[in-house]
Amino acid sequence: MRYLPLTEEDRSLMLARIGVSKVDDLFVDIPADKLLSKNVDLPRAKSEMEVERILSRMAAKNATASTVPFFVGAGSYKHHVPASVDHLIQRSEFLTSYTPYQPEIAQGTLQYLFEFQTQVAALTGMDVANASMYDGSTGCGEAVLMAHRVTKRRKAVLSGGLHPHYADVVRTLSKMAEDDVVTLPADAGATEDLLASIDSSVSCVVVQNPDVFGNLRDLSPIAEKCHANGALLIAVFTEAVSLGLVKPPGEMGADIVVGEGQSIGNPLTFGGPYVGLFATRQKYVRQMPGRLCGETVDAEGRRGFVLTLSTREQHIRRDKATSNICTNAGLCSLAFTIHMTLLGEAGLRRLARVNHANACKLADALAGVKGVEVLNKSFFNEFTIRVAGDAAQVVEKMASAGVLGGVPASRLLPADAALRDLLIVANTEVNTDEDRAAFVDALRAAL
Amino acid sequence: MLNNQGRPTNPGEAGAQAPKTFTSNRALQMEEALIFEIGRPDTSGVDIDEPEAFTQRLGALERKGEIGLPGLSEPETLRHYVRLSQKNYSIDAGLYPLGSCTMKHNPRLNERMARLPGFADVHPLQPQSTVQGAIEVIEGVAHWLMELTGTKAVAMSPKAGAHGEACGMMAIKAAIAARGEAATRRVVLVPDSAHGTNPATAALIGFSVKAIPVGPEGKVHVEDVRALLGPDVAAIMLTNPNTCGLFETQISEIAKAVHDAGAYFYCDGANFNAIVGKARPGDLGVDAMHINLHKTFSTPHGGGGPGAGPVVLSDRLAPFAPVPFVVREGTNLRLVEDEAGTQAFGRMTAFHGQMGMFIRALSYMLSHGSDGLRQASEDAVLSANYIRASLADLMSLPFGNRPCMHEVLFDDEWLKGTGVTTLDFAKAMIDEGYHPMTVYFPLVVHGAMLIEPTESESLASVDLFIATLRDLAFSVQRGDTERFSGAPYFAPRRRLDETKAARNPVLRWTKPAPILKAAE
Repeated sequence: MRYLPLTEEDRSLMLARIGVSKVDDLFVDIPADKLLSKNVDLPRAKSEMEVERILSRMAAKNATASTVPFFVGAGSYKHHVPASVDHLIQRSEFLTSYTPYQPEIAQGTLQYLFEFQTQVAALTGMDVANASMYDGSTGCGEAVLMAHRVTKRRKAVLSGGLHPHYADVVRTLSKMAEDDVVTLPADAGATEDLLASIDSSVSCVVVQNPDVFGNLRDLSPIAEKCHANGALLIAVFTEAVSLGLVKPPGEMGADIVVGEGQSIGNPLTFGGPYVGLFATRQKYVRQMPGRLCGETVDAEGRRGFVLTLSTREQHIRRDKATSNICTNAGLCSLAFTIHMTLLGEAGLRRLARVNHANACKLADALAGVKGVEVLNKSFFNEFTIRVAGDAAQVVEKMASAGVLGGVPASRLLPADAALRDLLIVANTEVNTDEDRAAFVDALRAAL
Repeated sequence: MLNNQGRPTNPGEAGAQAPKTFTSNRALQMEEALIFEIGRPDTSGVDIDEPEAFTQRLGALERKGEIGLPGLSEPETLRHYVRLSQKNYSIDAGLYPLGSCTMKHNPRLNERMARLPGFADVHPLQPQSTVQGAIEVIEGVAHWLMELTGTKAVAMSPKAGAHGEACGMMAIKAAIAARGEAATRRVVLVPDSAHGTNPATAALIGFSVKAIPVGPEGKVHVEDVRALLGPDVAAIMLTNPNTCGLFETQISEIAKAVHDAGAYFYCDGANFNAIVGKARPGDLGVDAMHINLHKTFSTPHGGGGPGAGPVVLSDRLAPFAPVPFVVREGTNLRLVEDEAGTQAFGRMTAFHGQMGMFIRALSYMLSHGSDGLRQASEDAVLSANYIRASLADLMSLPFGNRPCMHEVLFDDEWLKGTGVTTLDFAKAMIDEGYHPMTVYFPLVVHGAMLIEPTESESLASVDLFIATLRDLAFSVQRGDTERFSGAPYFAPRRRLDETKAARNPVLRWTKPAPILKAAE
């Protein structure tokens, strides 16, 4: 077996040194009737070439975003990732290192985490950010728990524009922790009255911007009402590129900002692994979940970085910890920070403008299709259209014509019959005029 | 060649005391500034054309003002991150004996497979008819995990080990609620020796935690469990093999006692690498166990993530597994994403879990096969015991010199009175080119040193590691404390001031204040 360096001769020598005659003498603590005497019923070892053949066949069954006109979003976005990002994250010293528990030999990881935290804080307009969460949705769940710790209340209000998977994650966690959740009805037109739901019993309000239907929402009045009632505003985003063009939640009064960072540096990969971004105000930092990297000095007075404030964390606090989180998104946060460094402020702004311009072009083109209505008054790179008919069927028809044309709202909210004719359409820098023309044609044909 | 032929270097007498350098670099060890100190806001390493003039539709929500994000050109970016990388220890560069972390070899085939466009370039919400191969991977990994653990169900979506723990405990809570005992069964039993995530998870899900004392030989006794069991107990959370590196001998009796009391058995699968192909948790009475794909199944640790933590479930818990899950309908595979009409307790995450990790894990499983996986566990256990046998005369074993599983636990009894602590010893290992073992965990022994070599090390590598630790131990005996107290001497940084970092947290870079001109 190519991954196992020990030879039979080595094994015999080692058993002799240990003073046993066979390897099963080392497994004596396993009840004898439970120790397997033969291999589990699974295939035998395979060469690299054979494994590659099997997995390549599976991969070949999937339609890839780069090979078709592609407009699928709703929480995960197809962007161009520069070649150097993937090269750098595969360096052995990044790929095959552990959590930086021995900081003297992990300054590479620690420094990029410090840079990552600073980038995320700047991007969101907040004071501090952590070293990342598993993804946006789990980060959203953790944000609600954090708000409960800060306010000592246990009721969350979820906007009807919040990604339904995120809302599900929050509801699942809350149900288990026996906390209250109020979920407003799906709000495709961004017309809900969130303010009416905010009173002094509420711990936090969770609002997504741009929301899952693509609408932009002014969070400032919500923040005001929250703060007047002692509640926190949790602002969510699923498209990090939007922050290059859209007013950041930190400037609209958000107390916690949580979002999905996949858009920057990370491929689609069927939904994971991604990287959760999490930022807050300085005064709440000790209630934050997840790892934090901080600056310090070494014995010679040189600048260095360490994991810090770990007294919040499970390995110290056990059942009193702020969260049970152990890992972060490691390599995905590295991909994020490298791509962000390559972009820089000017590049990010330009990228965001291209995304918005492309989406505007598509919206104009679709508005001209008979039986199609664009619902959004405002949007960034994603919007919702109403089609004459069942959007899921329309998407299937377009797929068989070789166009991946968006996410039917019913895929995310199957119980809500009023959403059957809604289609959520994303348009990024990867889409060309030809792609948009193909989309319009395919949609026409499918209606 | 020129240097060799023309001007042979001669080390001579110089070099006893290394001089300070102008750059603070030490040859290949480069100092590297922060991107905020070297980048510029108008520089970009990505060429993007400005869009043609258009009318924005941002409402009144356009971002104004500076964001604060420096940019670097591509060559500068490469240099920055390559230099940073050179400050990290890694498995590829050396033995990484972190106990309970399973730092085994990460095969590069796995990386290549995960990057096939058919996997990396597919969206989680494409029509399912266009991603049948991706769903097949999820089903494939699930099949291997169920066979290897002797269970009939697995929840694939948890993003990491602790997330998997939460998932398993949620399934238990849902099962208890379905029995109408939600109000009464509120206690979870956790041994003192458990990972911190166990009690943290139980608390997260609204349980209160009761500690089980660990016996003098490092194991949990069934009588101690029985004494705590009652109608108020929802579950026990047990790590097996446990964090002392020992297999819980009474596991079957404990499982039976727990089940007889109407409770569930959660097993922390962090140490599954010791028993893959040797014993099946399902046969031992386990109701739920998370599997760290980044430990046992070689997906890279990546400096702290991403992980993946699928949870295998017993028949009793299977109906409560969260969405999404895969069902086979004829030749078609379908991901069930909606809870309606199921008993699923909810959803752990957006989308379908850590697909990128599933591909790597499947590549690892297919490569090893059932025979290779069994051999890997045997080799991991063999190496740990070889280290135990080779160091038992110098270092102290808290539970006696007897077989361990894939990791061996020493305490600091042998350091008493020497002036050297476990931490000092660990830092001296850094100077010798090793990543230290896990230290001060588990909490049940004093000054713990938990060594897990994994199956990936050659005998020569393990022998050199042992020789190094013996040499360090002799230094301790000789009273050569300087080797330890100031260590590490040769790492990119000396010991770092963690107290300062926590007392006055600096968690982001801020622009230095402008230097004021002295009054004229």
